[in-house]
Formats: sequence, structure tokens, C-alpha cells
Amino acid sequence: MIDLALKNVSKRFGGLLAVDKLDVEVPKGKILSLIGPNGAGKTTVFNMITGVYPPSEGTISYQGKKLNNLRSNRIIRHGIARTFQNIRLFKSMTVLENVQVGMHCRTKSGAFRALLNTPFAIREEKEIIEKSMETLEFLGLADHHNEYASNLAYGDQRRLEIARAVATRPEMLLLDEPAAGMNPSETAELMDLILKLRDTGLTIFLVEHDMRLVMGISEMVVVLDHGHKIAQGEPKEIQQNEKVIEAYLGTKVKAKA
Amino acid sequence: MKQGSEMGNGEFKKFIIYSLFLGVLILPMVGFPGTHFEAKRAFIVWGVFVGVLALGMLNQVVRQSSIYQKTLGGPQSFNRRVTKQFQKIPVRHWTLILLAAVAVYPLLANNYMVDVGITCLIYIVLGLGLNIVVGLAGLLDLGYIAFYAVGAYTYSLLNLHFGMSFWLCLPIGILLGAILGCVIGYPTLRMRGDYLAIVTMGFGEIIRLVLNNWDSLTKGPNGLLGMAKPSIMYPAFSNSGLEWATYSLKSLHALYYFILLIAVLTVIGVRRLDQSRIGRAWVAIREDEVAAELSGVPTTWLKLLAYAMGAAFASVAGAFFAAKLSYTNPNFFIFMESCIVLCIVVLGGAGSIPGVILAGVLLIAVPEVFRELQDYRMFAFGLAMAVMMVLRPEGLIPATRRKLGLSDIETDTIGELEESYQAVDSRT
Ligand SMILES: Nc1ncnc2c1ncn2[C@@H]1O[C@H](COP(=O)(O)OP(=O)(O)OP(=O)(O)O)[C@@H](O)[C@H]1O
Ligand SMILES: [Mg+2]
Repeated sequence: MIDLALKNVSKRFGGLLAVDKLDVEVPKGKILSLIGPNGAGKTTVFNMITGVYPPSEGTISYQGKKLNNLRSNRIIRHGIARTFQNIRLFKSMTVLENVQVGMHCRTKSGAFRALLNTPFAIREEKEIIEKSMETLEFLGLADHHNEYASNLAYGDQRRLEIARAVATRPEMLLLDEPAAGMNPSETAELMDLILKLRDTGLTIFLVEHDMRLVMGISEMVVVLDHGHKIAQGEPKEIQQNEKVIEAYLGTKVKAKA
Repeated sequence: MKQGSEMGNGEFKKFIIYSLFLGVLILPMVGFPGTHFEAKRAFIVWGVFVGVLALGMLNQVVRQSSIYQKTLGGPQSFNRRVTKQFQKIPVRHWTLILLAAVAVYPLLANNYMVDVGITCLIYIVLGLGLNIVVGLAGLLDLGYIAFYAVGAYTYSLLNLHFGMSFWLCLPIGILLGAILGCVIGYPTLRMRGDYLAIVTMGFGEIIRLVLNNWDSLTKGPNGLLGMAKPSIMYPAFSNSGLEWATYSLKSLHALYYFILLIAVLTVIGVRRLDQSRIGRAWVAIREDEVAAELSGVPTTWLKLLAYAMGAAFASVAGAFFAAKLSYTNPNFFIFMESCIVLCIVVLGGAGSIPGVILAGVLLIAVPEVFRELQDYRMFAFGLAMAVMMVLRPEGLIPATRRKLGLSDIETDTIGELEESYQAVDSRT
């Protein structure tokens, strides 16, 4: 079953065509990776899906619903969550609070309930804390829950971003270069984590430069170059694809193989 | 070593340029109260400014020097030690001591001092309200005093024309303030920084000008006179048995305790908001609006809510203010007032409730004490702000996000809420 479908999607920034008539279908419960050299348009694709800006052309639909003109927070409520290429945590807040913010869209107490401290608000707050702690435990961050986000080690900050995204209870998770800046052992842990998330039923849409990670866990790979899709297929096919090797992968993968 | 002196040179150059600039600005402005140049006065003021500047620059140089970094800087610095000492005392104790002090204060003070106390409390309520907008949600608002005016005029007009009681006018004023907060907030939603500052300032002035010029309704600059004081009803025995008697809050002491109650409720309210789901979302917006929106926080709505909540508190303060004086006029709501409230928030520490309270007392009460120095009040104000920004840029009592206590994570079974989240699957 197809969860997310991009049809004929283009994005123009002034004279620059960052994404050109892209078709991508992300199957439910699978790990699909989007790769390509720097500036290929990968982050732009994520930004369009999550409503940071609308596509110039084409349609983006999720489980049959068109997302094109929805505000970002509505899209998140529909079940798509994301992380950022450059870590964007709420730095002065604690680790737990960062995750609690992620639960905002699944909870209801408003200003009046907060002002009057109603039983509903109290119960909901407790539940927010509990669920957030569960999420932190799942991601192995529970011990750090009272630390300020800015004080976390780099790898933990990356994981906290994932935790915050997971806290929105998504069905699809967009990860934008989650392994960037990680050392090999952290990357290996991340790989396990992504598989673990997939096993809970999440669909994973991954943008990543680390080829070992991409080829190790993806069920399907889409290759972007200068905004064009130049290839699509299973990791093995992609590794052998002439165009891809020429555009980008070649030497690295060959050397490793 | 060489690097150090180069840096010192750079600072020195800046110092000379700034000093000259200040001279050009200050000398003519301060030196000509009338027609001839009063050199002494002008040079004293300029001298003080240059002195502060020198202190600031010196501070920079010293801080960057390697000796400072090794000794006073780092984790053991004076600032951090002060902050730590403050944090050691539990909040509960602070609160109790403070409450006891403010409760007995009017009994020990003369009328003038009680009056100053009332003014302080009004500004604390205003500061706490603005703290929601500026401190929590991170939105700059230079027209905040407009909502104070809305509260004051709502009560004045409704009371004078329809004889409505304070208690009836209060919710109406809150509602009007909140609506106006949204009206002003809406067009500014996409703005940031400087633009936001200018637009909110403009709105604040518009409100004042409307009040000033709508003669038929507001009596213009003459203002409105003769509003009733708030009164409370209580059951009392009389000749004809049990009936309701009214007690009008006329005396200074009664008014003091009334505004104290309002202030305490405001503290509780703002604190609850701060620690709620809503408060967290506000802080998230302040920290990174894009990330907040993309974590599912409806940022537009929450920013409007911040404006509305802030306006509501100001409106309460305004209604009290008008009732206390039985008088109001547009000149109470000049731009300078917005600045003072903003100073209270920034000086205290944006987002910090104890900080705002402390700064409210300092900025309102201390200038009263030095009443004779009237002319230099604003000057001292600016000086205090400048010194503070150099020494403690995060405010007197910097805001920190609350960490969980043990009692908060005690798990107990919660299932009842589940049904209200039908839209949500509970996979994670
Ligand atoms: N907001 C924007 N305005 C103008 N140009 C943009 C904008 N965002 C991206 N671009 C341009 O679009 C192109 C694609 O950028 P994008 O960030 O999507 O690349 P990417 O594939 O994510 O690259 P990387 O691997 O470096 O993250 C780049 O040439 C970039 O400069
Ligand atoms: Mg990118």
C-alpha cells in the first residue's frame, strides 16, 4: 500500500529549479531512502511534504488526502513527523520538555484549563509526562530527561530530535541526514534504532549521505540529481546503476565492495 | 599577549567613537533646557554616560583576558555563584516570606508608601502579563500599555454610563482586551524583530490617540471622572434580620489588599500557564518557531493566544487603576509606559516570574524614593538598564525551565483519557 505519493512535483526558487517533476511513492511500513549529491533537492522535498513551502507544481498526497495547502502543524497531525538536517531542538528546555512539545498535537488542555488547573488538565499533564518518558526510554534517553537539551552530547541531540518527532505519534517519519556528524558506532546504533522504529509499524523516509547506512537498511532507494530522479530501485540495483555511479555513488561504493 | 592588546585597542577605538557620538547627541539635548548652553549640566550627564561606557568596555576587555578566564570566569564566576545561592532556597520559602512581608507592609507604612506599594503591584501585574508575550512566547510588544488603557476605559465608560459594577465590567474588559490583543496580534503574525516592534508601538499609539480625540465618548484629554470604587457584598445582621451589606473598597488599605489579591492570582495564573502544555508550546515558539510548527504546534493560534492572555491581565490592571483613582485620561497610557513595563520584564529576566516581581519593585519603588531627583529619573532608569545589561544580560533572576521532581513521575494508572484521544493510535 502506498502511504505518501508525490506526483509530478516541482519546486522553483526564482530561477533555480530545485526539484523537477518528481514522482515518488513511499510504501507503508517500509524504509525508503532518498539520496543524491549536495544540493540535489532532498531537503526541499522534505520541506514540501511537511508544508514549509508549497510545491510550485504537482500534488503531494498522504493516505489519499492532498497535503498541498495544509499548514505544517496540520500535516504533522495527519501523521507525518520529521527531523532536521541541522539540529533544531528547543535548547533552553529540558530533554523531557522537548518531547512533551511533540505531544502537543495529541493533547487538548487549553489556556483556561491550565489557568484553573482542572482535573482534566492535571490528568492529561501526568499522561503527557508518562508517555514522554516512555518515548525517551524507547530512544535510550530516559536518564537524561532533566538535562537541558543544549547540554546533550551531539549524538544524543540527534536522537532527541527523533524522540520529539516520535512523540507526535506519526505513522511516517522523515529523517533528514540523521547520521550526519556521527561516529561509526553511533551510526550503527542509529541503524538499529531506525529498524526498531520501522518494526513498530512506522514508515521511514530517509535522506542520508552515509551509504553504508542507506544500503544496509533501505528496502527501496530513490536517487536525485539536480532535482531530477535518475534512478529508483532496491539498494543492489542502485549500486550497479550506471547513471548513479556516474552522478554520485560510484567510487565510494566500489571501493567499499 | 599581542592578541590581547590588539583586542584592547579595538575596544578603545570603539570607546572613543561611541563617546564622541554620545557627546554630539547629549550635549545639545541636555545643554539647552532654555536658550543658553548650560555647560556644567551637559558635561556631567555626558561624563556619566561615558563612564558607563568605559565600564562596559573595560568589562569586555577584562572578561576576554586570559587571567580572568582562569580565575573569576568559568564555572565559579561571581554571577553564577550569586545565581546558585538564590536557587538554593526553595521557591516555597521565598513565596511565604514574600507574602508575609507584603501582607504586613501597609500596617507599617504611611499612606504615601502604601500608595507606592499599590503602584508597584499594578506594574507587577502588567509585567507578568507582558511576560507571557515577551518572556514566554518571545514576541516583542511595544504597545502593551494599550490594553491597560482598554481595561481602564472599559470600566470607566460602562460604570459612568450604565452604572455597571466593577465585577461585571471586569470580565467584559478582559474579553475586550483579549479580542483587541488578537486584532493587534493578527497582522503582526508574520513579522519579526524590528518590524514587530514598530507595528506594536504604532498600535499602542493609535489606541491612545483614539482615546484622546474621540471627545464625545472619552471626553478627550480631560479624561473621565467619578467612577465608583469596587465594592463587595457581605451578609450582615440588621434590624430587619439578615441582609446583604456593601463594603466599598475606598480606603487605601482596602485597595492595597485588593490589588495584592489580583497580583497573587496573576502570579498563580501565569505560573500555571508557564508550566502547562500551552506554556511549553510558547517557549518552543520562542526557541525555534519553525521547529515548533513542525513538531505539531499550531504556532499562529498560540501566538494570538499569547497576545490575548497578556492583554487580559493588562486589562484587569487597567480596570483596577481607573477604579482606584476614579479618574482616567489618555496621558496615563503614553509610549513611555509600555517601555517601563518592557524594562521590568527584560530587567527581571524574560520568562522569569520572580525576576519580574523583583524588577517591578525596583523600577517603580526606587525612583519614588529618590523623588527629589525627578529630573534625573529617566536618566537613572537608562543607567540602571545599561549597567544591568553589561553585568547580567539575562536579567536579575534568569528564567530556567522547571525540572521534574520525583513526585511528578510517580506513575499511576490513567486510562480514562484514552477514549478522548480516539483520533490517535497508541503505537508508540
Ligand atoms: N529557501 C530556498 N531559497 C532558495 N534556494 C533554495 C532554498 N532552499 C534550497 N535552495 C536551493 O535548492 C537546491 C536544493 O537544496 P536542498 O537543500 O534541497 O539540497 P539537499 O539535497 O538537501 O542538499 P544537502 O545534501 O547539502 O543537504 C540548492 O541549490 C539550494 O541552494
Ligand atoms: Mg539537505
